[in-house]
Amino acid sequence: MPQEVAEIVRKYLRHDKKFPHIWCAGCGNGIVLGSLIRAIDLSGVEKDNIVLVSGIGCSGRITVYVDLNTLHVTHGRALSFATGIKLAKDSLKVIVVMGDGDATAIGGNHFIHAARRNMDLTAIIINNQIYGMTGGQYSPTTPYDSKTTTSPYGHIENTFSISELAIAAGASFVARGTVYHTQLLDDAIRLAILKKGFSVVEILSNCHTHYGKLNGMETPVAAMRWFRDHVAVVGKEGALPPGRSAETDEKIRIGVLKNVEKPVYSEEYQKVRDHAKNSLSS
Amino acid sequence: MSAFGSDKKRVLLQGNEAIVEGAIAAGCRFFAGYPITPASEISERMSRRLPQLDGTFIQMEDEIAGMGAVIGASLAGVKSMTATSGPGFSLMQENLGFACMAEVPCVVVNVMRGGPSTGLPTNPSQGDVMQARWGTHGDHPVIVLAVSTVLDCFQITVEAFNMSEKYRVPVVILSDEIVAHTREVVTLPSVGEFEAYNRVSPKMPPEWYIPYADNSMGVPPMAAFGEGYHHHVTGLMHDVRGFPTQRPDEIEALVGRLFRKITQGFHEIQKVETFMMDDAEVAVIAYGSVSRSARRAVLDARRQGLKAGLLKLITLFPFPRHSVEEALQKCRVALVPEMNMGQISREVKRVNQTVSIVKKYNRVDGQLITPQEIYQQLIKI
Repeated sequence: MPQEVAEIVRKYLRHDKKFPHIWCAGCGNGIVLGSLIRAIDLSGVEKDNIVLVSGIGCSGRITVYVDLNTLHVTHGRALSFATGIKLAKDSLKVIVVMGDGDATAIGGNHFIHAARRNMDLTAIIINNQIYGMTGGQYSPTTPYDSKTTTSPYGHIENTFSISELAIAAGASFVARGTVYHTQLLDDAIRLAILKKGFSVVEILSNCHTHYGKLNGMETPVAAMRWFRDHVAVVGKEGALPPGRSAETDEKIRIGVLKNVEKPVYSEEYQKVRDHAKNSLSS
Repeated sequence: MSAFGSDKKRVLLQGNEAIVEGAIAAGCRFFAGYPITPASEISERMSRRLPQLDGTFIQMEDEIAGMGAVIGASLAGVKSMTATSGPGFSLMQENLGFACMAEVPCVVVNVMRGGPSTGLPTNPSQGDVMQARWGTHGDHPVIVLAVSTVLDCFQITVEAFNMSEKYRVPVVILSDEIVAHTREVVTLPSVGEFEAYNRVSPKMPPEWYIPYADNSMGVPPMAAFGEGYHHHVTGLMHDVRGFPTQRPDEIEALVGRLFRKITQGFHEIQKVETFMMDDAEVAVIAYGSVSRSARRAVLDARRQGLKAGLLKLITLFPFPRHSVEEALQKCRVALVPEMNMGQISREVKRVNQTVSIVKKYNRVDGQLITPQEIYQQLIKI
């Protein structure tokens, strides 16, 4: 293990207490965990000032492994707990890790409203297109016609595009990455953490155990190849790279999809406090 | 509009407003909720009062989120509260269970209206008593307090915060539409006339902190996020360090402690008021707005020579069995009037053990039980 990797692992993981982790061999969650701690380290934010919040599902277990202030809450509600933490103590940097079902099915309401309010939180959504922990049932991002344990005859629902949902709901920063493009992922998470406002990183990940098994992608390597071959990296501010073609348009865009400046909730609420105190003294 | 200050003040307040003033006096600086009748005045006054005090009010997207934000704020070290009515209280149950499991102090006000379902939005009820005790799944300890007057609304809310901080447990305040909207002139206690208790913080260095270690009270010190302790908080069964466990011995120790801390504090948590009980032969056991009708009925019965008395329950859970048993041993009959089909009367019967005769009187038509009705029941005895 290179020296700097060993140092990051020692600094950020509860390595002596909580490993080995519960994830399947080859799961993308481990890659996200690695990317997250590298991004936190590069962001320069002090450990004591970070709260990592997660919900329920395979992704929810990430909080156990990281030596930060960590909170593992009810299914879908992580953003509401995070909202309370942030408003009660604005000095804290609150990062929320969710899965696709956690963030956009049971927690969909909280997700769009946190984005609408532009709450100063970072939402990292690991999108493996399935409910892994409960045995591979279909989620809001399961592709049409896929087989899952609750769509044995093929999935008939349309999918959410999590990034587009976040953009439309009013997030300040939206990026998409994959567990194959780890350098891009490190950058996206670091930028999201440093962004003032509601920042979202959607990470396409693999669940070969459940999704892959029923849909011709039995190994993590097959999933990695798929990610390599089916994405196009966008340039800054959501523009497609030069040489845009019909081919890239069909590909999934990864990179920073939205990055705008707008007032964050806590700053706006400080105005409310000032106004209230002025009205009291006058 | 500062109703609460360093001087005693006589103010005209409704129950919902007095709950806000009580919460603020107790140190509450965070409120997250969702509009619902007949609790809305609590949100409205909070939205005005909290920013004046550098606190935070936020109206969330639903009651689920309201309860989540309240727990989050408390974990960050700020005393926090939400308020709702039946349908919203149903939505809060899952996160209320999280607060029980992770031992997060917070206060939830349920201004009861008629149910089930959307029910009777603007009429009183006491139908949520058992939901307040058992609404969230699993074995869990919880404290439930009932208010019956505007002054209660202030004082019991202070008490609710103190108990939640002391025992690290969510405290549910059950109000009802009558208490919520009754306006009374009250003299609010001034600073120094009541204690505002704060949770115990860890004093040891972070590397020595064991977040869920047992102690004599069964209530471990609570670190707030951002104080250097970087501990783990989860709704899963956890070991003393807060990490998930499936070890039977660790699970039993946790659940056992969650109950023990309330059992050990029982005598302090059990709160009742007695009225003319010293020589009473017939006891009315009541709570909430019905206890006010009962008080008048007791006076009327006394005028007719019937030795009646009132045991007003403030603590509903843990059920104040010692006070109730004492009343049952003293009186030949106990009458339990309630605006439900008999939720507390069952508890009274449970502790009665055939010592006395327990009669219930119920009304579920959205109307308050009047003094006359209780009086009629008393003279029939």
